[in-house]
Amino acid sequence: MDIVVTVNGRPRDASGIAASTTALDWLRSLGLIGAKEGCAEGECGACAVLLATPDDDGGTAWTAVNACLMPAAALDGQEVVTAEGLGTPERMHPVQAALAEAGGSQCGYCTPGFACSMAAEFYRARGGADAAASVRTSADGGNGAAAGASEAPAAERFDLHALSGNLCRCTGYRPIRDAALGMEATPGADDPLAERRTRPAPAARATRLAGEGGRFVRPESLDEALALLHVEPDAVPIAGCTDWGVEANLRGRRAPLVVAIDRLPELRAFVEDDAGVDLGAALTLTEIEHRLGGRAPLLAALFPQFASPLIRNRATLGGNLGTASPIGDAPPALLALEARLVLASPDGEREVDLAEYFTGYRETVRRPGELIRTIRIPQPTANLTAFHKVAKRRYDDISSVAVAFAIDLDEERGTVASARIGLGGVAATPIRARATEAALVGREWTEDAVREAASVLGGEGTPMSDHRASAEYRAAMLEQALLRLHRRTVREGVPA
Amino acid sequence: MSELGHRPAGAVAGTPVAHESARLHATGTAVYTDDLTATRRDVLTAWPVTSTHAHARVRLDVAPALEVPGVVHVLTADDVPGVNDGGAKGDEPLFPDEAQYHGHALAWVLGETAEAARLGAEAVGVDYEELPSIVTVEEAIAAGSFQGIAPTVRRGDAASALASAPHVFEGVSVVGGQEHFYLETHASFAHVDSEGQVFVESSTQHPSETQEIVAHVLGVPNHRVTVQSLRLGGGFGGKEMQPHGLAAVAALGAVRTGRPVRLRLTRAQDMVMTGKRHPFHATWRAGFDDDGRILGLEATLTSNGGWSLDLSDPVLGRALCHVDNAYWIPDIEVHGRIARTNITSQTAFRGFGGPQGMFVIEDVLGRVAPLLGIDAAELRERNLYRPGQTTPYGMEVRHAERLGAAWSQVLDQAGFARRRDEIAAANAVDPDVKRGLAITPVKFGISFTFTAYNQAGALVHVYRDGSVLVNHGGTELGQGLHTKMLQVAATALGVPLAQVRLAPTRTDKVPNTSATAASSGADLNGAAVKHACDQIIARLRPVAANVLGVDQSEVRFEDGRVHGGDPAASVLFGELAATAYAERVQLFAAGYYRTEGLGWDPATMTGTPFKYFAYGVAASEVEVDGFTGATRLRRVDIVHDVGDSLSPLIDLGQVEGAFMQGVGWLTLEELRWDETDGPGRGRLLTPSASTYKLPSFSELPDELNVHFLERAHEDGAIYGSKAVGEPPLMLAFSVREAIREAVAAFGPAGHSVELAAPSTPEAVFWAIEAAREASRQASPAAPPVTDAASRAAHAGRVSAER
Repeated sequence: MDIVVTVNGRPRDASGIAASTTALDWLRSLGLIGAKEGCAEGECGACAVLLATPDDDGGTAWTAVNACLMPAAALDGQEVVTAEGLGTPERMHPVQAALAEAGGSQCGYCTPGFACSMAAEFYRARGGADAAASVRTSADGGNGAAAGASEAPAAERFDLHALSGNLCRCTGYRPIRDAALGMEATPGADDPLAERRTRPAPAARATRLAGEGGRFVRPESLDEALALLHVEPDAVPIAGCTDWGVEANLRGRRAPLVVAIDRLPELRAFVEDDAGVDLGAALTLTEIEHRLGGRAPLLAALFPQFASPLIRNRATLGGNLGTASPIGDAPPALLALEARLVLASPDGEREVDLAEYFTGYRETVRRPGELIRTIRIPQPTANLTAFHKVAKRRYDDISSVAVAFAIDLDEERGTVASARIGLGGVAATPIRARATEAALVGREWTEDAVREAASVLGGEGTPMSDHRASAEYRAAMLEQALLRLHRRTVREGVPA
Repeated sequence: MSELGHRPAGAVAGTPVAHESARLHATGTAVYTDDLTATRRDVLTAWPVTSTHAHARVRLDVAPALEVPGVVHVLTADDVPGVNDGGAKGDEPLFPDEAQYHGHALAWVLGETAEAARLGAEAVGVDYEELPSIVTVEEAIAAGSFQGIAPTVRRGDAASALASAPHVFEGVSVVGGQEHFYLETHASFAHVDSEGQVFVESSTQHPSETQEIVAHVLGVPNHRVTVQSLRLGGGFGGKEMQPHGLAAVAALGAVRTGRPVRLRLTRAQDMVMTGKRHPFHATWRAGFDDDGRILGLEATLTSNGGWSLDLSDPVLGRALCHVDNAYWIPDIEVHGRIARTNITSQTAFRGFGGPQGMFVIEDVLGRVAPLLGIDAAELRERNLYRPGQTTPYGMEVRHAERLGAAWSQVLDQAGFARRRDEIAAANAVDPDVKRGLAITPVKFGISFTFTAYNQAGALVHVYRDGSVLVNHGGTELGQGLHTKMLQVAATALGVPLAQVRLAPTRTDKVPNTSATAASSGADLNGAAVKHACDQIIARLRPVAANVLGVDQSEVRFEDGRVHGGDPAASVLFGELAATAYAERVQLFAAGYYRTEGLGWDPATMTGTPFKYFAYGVAASEVEVDGFTGATRLRRVDIVHDVGDSLSPLIDLGQVEGAFMQGVGWLTLEELRWDETDGPGRGRLLTPSASTYKLPSFSELPDELNVHFLERAHEDGAIYGSKAVGEPPLMLAFSVREAIREAVAAFGPAGHSVELAAPSTPEAVFWAIEAAREASRQASPAAPPVTDAASRAAHAGRVSAER
């Protein structure tokens, strides 16, 4: 079957690629050398490109993604824009002009990636839902896109966090920040990428690719995916590919069969009711954050600390739980929220408590061929929640320790009604801090009592020393996390 | 011919222009070495077979690799027609029979694709006979494992000065290395042309040395090899010495197979295989008088040079020449030595030993200030060089008054005194978060200490239409050298910037070039470009005088026109060029420059190794979280001396970028090797962007104010400018010292804060715990020791002397 990807507005034939060929290598083989390999693990953003993805209003979002982590085959039927597609040296895109004029590039190697991340934010903030809607309206009215774009509301503030997945070693970031924040431009009337946002994103397309290096299959339905995985237990299911892509690039891992499940509708449901929230396992973290709109404070605290926007635009909760890394950031939060997982297989579905899910280092109760369909978070959640991530770097680092708190304080009595604490980075699996929870429940929420419980927390798990942190520091950070949470309630009061 | 430092009115030099490739960068159309191979299908890819032991004799079985589909050849020592060595010191076998470090390339597999070459490399059998290994500098000291020079910088009698000093302190200061993490990893692309000439595209900062090593590996004269450096995706010193062997492998592959060969290291390979900033270990004794004036210093600096010498000698030399930083130390004796260990061979990195030398004195001052009872800012200010004083190696500190001027300007602009009071007040009421404010100076010597490198060449062509093409010996790493050279040529010829084009650096245009390093690129190549332009102007002047009917002295070259005495009388530069051609006047010239006035005796470590000093001062404010040790940079004020800037936008970028790179080195970037006796001994534990964290947006200070020192014209340097690449990196000491101030606020008055470097959150947390413990000792009524504190004490990680 032919594999065709629209690149910078032109359909390009990708037939002949291997299942393991990355989107980055394929784009470069077309002569589009703007995207670079800086790290091959989604940490530097030098490979960033824009992908047309569905937005919540039936239109299209230009989403910045790391091309180094995606298989090229996953782009079948999709639309991609690279730095070359944004503008040319003679006719630069507004974000490119801003970067070039502000001294935003020195060696220039990271710059195309920055341009793509900036462009994604440019269209989100300046050609956002309102602007896109007004373009749509005016286009319907026969006035063309021009009037709509010029009537777009005043430019929203550029969110600098959009660039936190891009590394620059030369500039020190100040000129890039000033280029981004100082940019007054809005998408022009003839901006094809703004216009494209008014129409639906490309649908997922069933894909089958077979070659010497293995096969890539994008099934049409969950049933087909489960059947495939059942027949071929060595197959690797991929969603955002932010973990498998690293395995493939850095450790040379190859699978006989890769099954793309990220666009399966059954895995992309978002249901919110009185009982709680059901999050489809293949929703990206960005999508979840957007749809929850801050209604789950613990998760709202988690998301900005979870990797970078470039990763969150692709990474899924299903993936983070599927890889079952002891230093994943979602599990501690989901443990504190007492999440449950719906696991699907050809035999049907079952529901497990996340606290029972992890069985050993990167081992879980998930059977071969079984997929996580839904993460179910019960309501109501506790009135005091927090997510403390301790890492060397503030943005986009892997946790030395992560601690999630969901504590119910009885305001009248000033005591702890219930406590659930999830920990990452201190054992072979993410764990609940059961002893600490017991030490808190029923006790007064006072400095002395909290200090006692903190010392229990400091003894939870079996932290190790490695290149990120010493065991002693990890233990100390557990203890400090609870002290810090208590201090917050002293300063700010207990949230209702 | 005008004097080098004289800048004409209306010069293009000094105007703020964007990087000459900025539009190409932003649109993804700037081409880097490996981009040349992206669409080619005839190119073989080279992939290394790397050692999995820190030190072992090795025997290879390459036969299995040749069975892998797509593998064309495996390069081994048997393929080398010339010298089997990839370094400049003769101690880096290109295909070794003894692996000297974990990750050492033993052979290279050539494949039709990267995948085939990678699988081929996995298939090569390697038989290891393990040998004892040394990983840390402490192990090397214990084993007496050293290499290269062991110089001493000495003035006066440090021992006597310390014996009679009222206050003497001693300690150990250790600072970690740093990975360059240029975004573009090392890349080479070689082919043999129709005339049998070997053409190598290389991401090298030193094309002439790359050429020389390729030639000696191939066993051919230098004129058979041409090296081109298009543009680099960052260098920072990491591509000064390290590209040579990689270029030689690509060239050897091309010669052996008759096919073009590309070699691009993956990030992991680049980090595991190539050299980094030297970690340094220093022991010291320092004496002070009651007013805090430094009376004497004794120190021994030991760098971890890794498995081969590389540039460790001159790095150490520069470290010794910068132990004084900006301070007058009357009696001093500093010894240096280079540990030989089984890790990557450490190399040049922005500052080139200067930062490590200055680290020692800044650490000393930061630690002893509370013990002397003198505010650290005051202590530093009192010891700044004054005019007329000389360095420990006997060179006059010319323009020492600029240090004081920059210092005052920073204090003033930063509102230092007011903010220090505000911070003290805030710290007094907040038990959890403390702020710190510190000010530190930089004095950095400009010139290669290897005197022969202080020369440069250029080739300037004026075509008949008046358009100008410039070649010079420097390489574009992103530092904006080419932009500056365009500005120099446009200024010297009196034409608009757009009339000048710059061609990629290659060894068949300008030969025998120096590395683009030591911040010297603009100084040396700028003078050479100007020299070439001046020759052309000298030849055009009589032609113009004739055309315009004026005296030669009245001819002016400005803005693309050539004027006579009468403002109305002028011709276009292009018209004059055409006329000159018709009159058989030579319109191209080779320029040459060598730095005058240098005199350095490496045996006694005395003399004048530098043309001048670059100065700077920074004040930084940080916030430290007492729960985690995490730090946040709130505000930075910098005044830096760039002379009369050649290109203000470029220089601003250099100051800011260098500063942030220094912040990374001192607060975040941590290289860890497996120091255990386990099977992974000697392995780099941080070989990736996910394990080695360099600054991201989160490290950018909330407020960053950079000013250039005014009235800073530098006579005798190109258009009065100064070198800028390296010196601002060391402004980052202000951040580490600010962290020290903030940590001190957790302890009692007079508590000396020892802070590991890099000052990661963990290192800062243990320093806070030590400060809190000191508070408890000072006031027994304070709350009891927490578990964390007692654990910290037992863990033995509290001391900076790790």
